[in-house]
Amino acid sequence: MAVVLYFVAQKFKIQEDPRIDQVLEVMPGANCGGCGFAGCRAFVETFINNPERTDLFCPVGGNESMQQAAQVLGREVQEQAPKIAVLRCNGSCEVRPKFNTYNGSPSCAVVADLYGGETSCSFGCLGLGDCVQACLFDALAIDPETCLPVVDEEKCTSCGACVKACPKKLMELRPKGPKNRRIYVACSNKDKGALTRKACPVGCIGCGLCIKACPFDAITLTDNLAYIDPDKCRLCRKCVAVCPTQSILEINFPQKN
Amino acid sequence: MNKLLVSPAPHLHSKETTKGIMRDVIIALMPSVLVSLYFAGVSAFLVLTVSVVGCVLLEHLIVKYMMKKKTTVHDLSAVVTGLILALNLPVSSPWWMVLIGCVVAIGVAKMTFGGLGHNLFNPALVARVFLLISFPVQMTNWAVTNGIFTPENPLIPGFLLGAQGQLPDALSGATPLGIIKEGLANGLTMDVLSQQHDFSYWQMLFGKINGSMGEASALAILIGFVYLLARKVIKPIIPLAIVVTVALFSGILHLIDPAHYADPLFHLLTGGVLLGAVFMATDYVTSPMSSLGMLIFGVGIGLVTMIIRIWGVYPEGVSFAILFMNAWVPLLNKIKPSPYKKEVNLG
Amino acid sequence: MSKTFSIGGIHPIDRKFSKDRPIEDLPVPQRVYLPMNQHLGMPSVPIVKKGDRVKVGQPVAEAAGFVSAPVHASVSGTVADVALYPDFQGKRVLTVVIETEGDEWLEGIDRTSQLKQEITTVPEETFRKIKEMGIVGLGGAAFPTHVKLTPIEGMQPEYLILNGSECEPFLTSDYRLMLEHGQEILIGAELMRRVLGTDVNGIIGIEENKPLAISAMQKIAANYLQWKVVPLKKRYPQGGEKQLIDAVLGRKVASFALPISTGAIVQNVGTAFAVYEAVQKSKPLLSNVLTVTGSGPTIQKNYRFRIGTSMRDILYSAGALDPEGNLLPQFAKLVSGGPMMGKAVVNLQAPVVKSSSALLLLTEKETKRQEPGDCIRCAKCFQACPMHLQPYLLYQLALAGRTEELEKHRVFDCIECGCCLYTCPAHIPLLDQIRLAKNASLKNKRKK
Repeated sequence: MAVVLYFVAQKFKIQEDPRIDQVLEVMPGANCGGCGFAGCRAFVETFINNPERTDLFCPVGGNESMQQAAQVLGREVQEQAPKIAVLRCNGSCEVRPKFNTYNGSPSCAVVADLYGGETSCSFGCLGLGDCVQACLFDALAIDPETCLPVVDEEKCTSCGACVKACPKKLMELRPKGPKNRRIYVACSNKDKGALTRKACPVGCIGCGLCIKACPFDAITLTDNLAYIDPDKCRLCRKCVAVCPTQSILEINFPQKN
Repeated sequence: MNKLLVSPAPHLHSKETTKGIMRDVIIALMPSVLVSLYFAGVSAFLVLTVSVVGCVLLEHLIVKYMMKKKTTVHDLSAVVTGLILALNLPVSSPWWMVLIGCVVAIGVAKMTFGGLGHNLFNPALVARVFLLISFPVQMTNWAVTNGIFTPENPLIPGFLLGAQGQLPDALSGATPLGIIKEGLANGLTMDVLSQQHDFSYWQMLFGKINGSMGEASALAILIGFVYLLARKVIKPIIPLAIVVTVALFSGILHLIDPAHYADPLFHLLTGGVLLGAVFMATDYVTSPMSSLGMLIFGVGIGLVTMIIRIWGVYPEGVSFAILFMNAWVPLLNKIKPSPYKKEVNLG
Repeated sequence: MSKTFSIGGIHPIDRKFSKDRPIEDLPVPQRVYLPMNQHLGMPSVPIVKKGDRVKVGQPVAEAAGFVSAPVHASVSGTVADVALYPDFQGKRVLTVVIETEGDEWLEGIDRTSQLKQEITTVPEETFRKIKEMGIVGLGGAAFPTHVKLTPIEGMQPEYLILNGSECEPFLTSDYRLMLEHGQEILIGAELMRRVLGTDVNGIIGIEENKPLAISAMQKIAANYLQWKVVPLKKRYPQGGEKQLIDAVLGRKVASFALPISTGAIVQNVGTAFAVYEAVQKSKPLLSNVLTVTGSGPTIQKNYRFRIGTSMRDILYSAGALDPEGNLLPQFAKLVSGGPMMGKAVVNLQAPVVKSSSALLLLTEKETKRQEPGDCIRCAKCFQACPMHLQPYLLYQLALAGRTEELEKHRVFDCIECGCCLYTCPAHIPLLDQIRLAKNASLKNKRKK
């Protein structure tokens, strides 16, 4: 019996590049799809066979894993800036009151398909946690006080699952920034200023003051909504200071005196 | 101003709940429970109580402390499992054996699969089979019951017995199926056996025969069946498929050789066919979803039961038959309903 | 022996509390809001601007393409605004708002209530009038009627089925219409039948919980050679197009096929009435009948309303509002339509539109959802589904996002009737997720 099994194993052995397993050793192996491939094995195969592709990157393992993988293959890879998920909405339940009570299946996708939500801002976060469900790394949780999801800086791998899950497209992967500091417009409301103001006091009203204040031309205005280009932003915080509705957030900066 | 409720349609719901369905099953089990209390008195009461309390407590503890979720015992499914498990055991079952049964039924067969709705095999039957294989002596100790009201045979409560499980005063007789299995194997014929052991269909109907607590009275089970049908809890297809298959199979054999094969009525009224057909094969979670699936399921159970009874080692085969067919349910559920037409096709 | 459809269905208590209330005319509202998306298909395009003066029946928006319909002013006055206004779910849609002045009607519209029995138009003219008068399906779907009556290559209509089932609990507007305007309904139906073809047979399907309507329509249909009434068992969703064709003709509409592929066209009795008014009286679709109802005894009304009246105005007339203009506190939910397929209202200021059939007031006890439990594999959802789908399976596939398998299991056949969610003993939100997956799949299919 053993002899038969041995011969069968030899005959039907799949010929594979031994390097695949070698590289997999140094990768995190989360099979999360954050790299854009079906699984870690698929990613590694493509990485080995396509050295010209500099865009291949495993967000979970980050630069450390990619360097190690490159070492195994005797290659070099460029370092990429680590990213993190941010919520482009700051309409907490204190500032954005509810005027109806949702009583259906507790899923943001169902609400988004049905109507504008419990609050007057139909662009804002629905707070039912589709993003939390989608996260494989336990990096998201709904804060009971603000009713908004909070991203855990340590655990987030910027795999992008929450970005896909959010029906309102509120999640964005932005560079983590030097000293983990980043600045972004925490609003996705595309209505004209007056309407936005009525719906939520901390929404972006598209006034453009931030654009004028920015010395690096990093901010653009589209559909009554400001957007800060993370590659151009130098974290000077001038925009944060001039925003009349405080809809631009600065993360991990020391408190100003 | 009060906030309006918003939800997707529909905005009304029927009054049915899982708890309500379980409650109906408990009520349907009451005739069998009452019969066993009447004939076996305190012993039956103790087995029933230990089983129900054990199952409910175990589910509560596992869900709350191991799975760290809100307790689910209020949906009454553990109570149903407890009752059915008890009715599958002999009246003289020691309390510790019943508890082990609860652990296997709830802990192994139900919770490890994920809780209510996720188990593949009928929990009570898994426990029964486990106990049968592990404690064959206790599980085949059928005390002849004379009822709680006759002074000459007071029954000793099962839990006072030790590991031996022996009843010093009452007679430990075999079940009718056990009798014929052994008798036929020893070369005796059905007429001789009937004469020797005084088989009475009336006794089988009303409950004065040996067997596990639920198998005794066919009438009690039938009352429960009618109640479940009236309350629309079960569809009759599975029980009917099992009964018809068993009747046909045994009927054909009996016609060919009446001396060596018992008649259909005997096979239907003894052993666990009725109990299994009405209460265990119809368990929602472990039975198929489509009518064709249910039909195949029922026929399969009937066939396997008879095969084990006639040619297998055990005198009774219903438990094994049901568990065997439980394994086929995921495949049977692949039967796709064709659009609109009443008859379905495999696809 | 009443006929019915072959698979699935449920039996909710019919609660037709308002069935004995005759249709009342609501007072002309001070303001109407006419949205451009009152029908399935391309939204209409406004042809008036702020400040224009309009008369009742004057077109204020034209159809944008074939599968579209014009919109007509339901009051006379001045156009106050043409802008985005929130609909009853809070979504902003392009709306023509008219401030009422007087009640001046366009010339040529016959406002008398005298019955015009004689059909003087040829089918082409009937068709043209139906199209120009903005008639859409008033059973709820609001599909432009002229599109349904347009012949399709290779599919010859054999039957025109009039839907008088009104299978949703609580609703009685179609019932009252049949009792009070049965003659007009049959004339409108006959007009449509002639458009389809002279040898097309007409059938009126009415549920047997409406015996007076059945006998009334039978008496009227006796004067028409090609029309007969077929009583139907009281069962939900008897009024679904596919279920109706199955019950009346025994024919089944295949997946992805149109009902006309079985030779049948279905129209609501309300649509037939609107066709009568459009063709015989030259009156465009500017009013309809709806039921204001609930389980309480006092608020039971059947109203004829001007399209575009705000829900608040209607509820005020019905006595459902408190002094501040909010819904009375005992009502937790307001539904536009029936309890099974209607939509929850968020904005009371929004208007009722062409196909609005009811304003349903529900208490918290009646409508608040219970906490869902585990699926116990009871298959009641499967037994209840009138399209023979497996909701328990579609739900799991929807949660997992398995689009290919959803399509394989015919998720597109789902008519969103709600039977599955209604029967589930574990109160699992089956339809919520299935509907979501179905809509997402449809969007993807359209993109490709």
